[in-house]
Amino acid sequence: MDFREGVVVNPYLRLNDEEINRIHKASMEILEDPGVLVFHEEAAKYFEEAGAEVTKVPEEGDKAWSVKIPETLLEKALKTAPKKVVLGARDPKNKLVLDGNKPRAYFGSGSETNYILEISMDTYVKKDDPETTAVFPTFKRKRGTLKDLCESARLGENFENLDFFIRNVNIQDPEITNENKDVNKFFACLDNMTKHVLAGITDVRQLDNVIKMAEIIAGGKEAVKENPVVSFISCVTKSPLQLTEESTTNLLEVNKRGFPIVISSSPQGGSTAPIDEIGIVSQINAEILSAVVLSQIANPGSPVIYGSVPVRARMDNLHDMYGAPEFSQYNMSCIQMARFYGLPCYSSAGVSDAKTPGIQASVEKMLSHLCVSQGGPHLLHYSFGLLEETQTFCPEQAVLDNAHIGMIKRVYREPNVTDESIEDNLKIIRKVMKSPYRIYAKYARKQLHKGDLYLEYSFESDREDMDETMAKAKEEKERILSLPVKRLPEDVRNKILEEIPGILEKLH
Amino acid sequence: MSEQELLNELEHVILMGHINEEDEGLDGTMQGTPGTEELVKKALEEGIDPEKLLKTFGKAMEKVGEKFESGEFFLPDMMASGECVGNAMEIVEPKLAAGTSYEKGKFLIATVQGDLHDIGKNIVATMIKGAGYHVKDLGIDVPADNILEAIKEYEPNFVGLSALLTTTMTEMEQVVKRIREEGYSDIKIFIGGVPTSQEFADKIGADHHCKDAMEALNKLEKVRDAS
Repeated sequence: MDFREGVVVNPYLRLNDEEINRIHKASMEILEDPGVLVFHEEAAKYFEEAGAEVTKVPEEGDKAWSVKIPETLLEKALKTAPKKVVLGARDPKNKLVLDGNKPRAYFGSGSETNYILEISMDTYVKKDDPETTAVFPTFKRKRGTLKDLCESARLGENFENLDFFIRNVNIQDPEITNENKDVNKFFACLDNMTKHVLAGITDVRQLDNVIKMAEIIAGGKEAVKENPVVSFISCVTKSPLQLTEESTTNLLEVNKRGFPIVISSSPQGGSTAPIDEIGIVSQINAEILSAVVLSQIANPGSPVIYGSVPVRARMDNLHDMYGAPEFSQYNMSCIQMARFYGLPCYSSAGVSDAKTPGIQASVEKMLSHLCVSQGGPHLLHYSFGLLEETQTFCPEQAVLDNAHIGMIKRVYREPNVTDESIEDNLKIIRKVMKSPYRIYAKYARKQLHKGDLYLEYSFESDREDMDETMAKAKEEKERILSLPVKRLPEDVRNKILEEIPGILEKLH
Repeated sequence: MSEQELLNELEHVILMGHINEEDEGLDGTMQGTPGTEELVKKALEEGIDPEKLLKTFGKAMEKVGEKFESGEFFLPDMMASGECVGNAMEIVEPKLAAGTSYEKGKFLIATVQGDLHDIGKNIVATMIKGAGYHVKDLGIDVPADNILEAIKEYEPNFVGLSALLTTTMTEMEQVVKRIREEGYSDIKIFIGGVPTSQEFADKIGADHHCKDAMEALNKLEKVRDAS
């Protein structure tokens, strides 16, 4: 296989065909009434020329248009939007194939957290029994830097269950500016890993520098088309139903250059979208489709990915709430909508609302990882290390998530029901029933030595009186960070550093 | 095949847990090739000294133990190799000179009366047999009288008692009491089963508690070495 296997899911269908059709119709009604508010002049013109009803909305300022999109425009867009998108990688074996009609799920990182959670393992002495000591983790938050992003990429490179990498740390070094942020974040990722790298664009004027970096890595302008080692994300819509100027520009500019882009939308049920599943899913579907239509009017055939990131609002502060079961419901339904249109889907799972690793984090993460991946998305982002509603990245938590995703991937292995496997098992059952102790242990050896069996939780405690999960996760993080770094080849690296302006000296 | 080659091959098949021709061995590829039972019979037919076979079993099991310690082998591997040696011993024993059989000692094992659970007991019995002990397994739901009778007849060095239910732990206590009352103070008694503990072993006068089959084997070997 010349691409990453990911995990092929036999999808759980939360919505039946009739329900999918009803949501589709509701989204079409939304696109016509109230339509979308477009804060981008060029986009408004594209829509108008294509036959949408476009009217200026002066009360929203100079650059605001109400756009009512008829279903015929969507039908046309779906004819040109590719159903299959390939995402490249430094190591071609790490390519990803996103086929809108085949639910092959890839797990990746995200988002762009402001904080890194550092863990120290401290020894405590029991007050009333000084002979008894125990080691517990203590946590400290700090602002993310380039160094943290580089280390995250190195972890991601070595996580066998991480299929793609979204820059997960917001780099806040004092030298980082709007102008140099894009080249530094992309270079930090690409110089530390061989997997596919996705990120948003901070300053669209840097887009060509990032693309040039990708071309140098892939081996030229033509080679990068075959092997796009980077792709982009643009949260085109500001919910509810508004296409913002900056992210619409990013979408159109990326489309012009032919690079894949995730068109994402992240409404919050209960604040920027209806709290009802049917309401938020109909709205986010309309939001994403409006941008898909725009991309295909402006640049027919542009590779776009349906990026659904619906979340639930917490009712005490209206913050995002990722641990709510509704979060999984919303996301699972969106995946079905993407498949209904045959578009590759980017979805989200694995975030906890907890501020630190622990029971809450594990429960919330596993719940959404398992539920949402069952829907059969293509790119499942947010999956590694995210805590505190995506505010914080914890490397040790990412180590744990990697192991937990491995367990999930194992669950999805297809059952092996063949004439041969049935015959083999019947033979074993008959043999064991004739044996003195009737134990099957020796018949487990074949699978055991083929590496087919789950052996034990990777971070299981050795001590009876203390949980050692975090200490072991920390050891594993340190082990990975001590491995050799998979830097770009020296000539490629030098060429990038020479030709791309703005990369900080500390990355040289 | 020279004598040494045959012994080397025997050591290899034991290491691979290849019991007999029908068995698939460690990695599922050995079916149809001579296993431990076939090679032991062949060795005896060729007149190889049974003592040399015993040494080969010991060497092989030592390597199996090392591989288990290093994490390369798992309990099913240990059990398969144990089964190889257990079956091989049954073939070799009649050929041994009087007094040389099972030099490691005799082990009587049973699940106490009222308890029908025997998975753990069976694993322990397989492992101990494979390590070179003569094992007499009385089975499940065994009344104290039967255990005492078997001790009198079989004269074991070690007794292993198993119970899975908290309700049958009291029966275990009775059996230990009876063994001691009958004057068998030299017999080392090992107990095991989920609800049991070292504290419980101490309380009822048993010598050792074993949390799993490996611990049972390790403790048994230590006790034997010490004696």
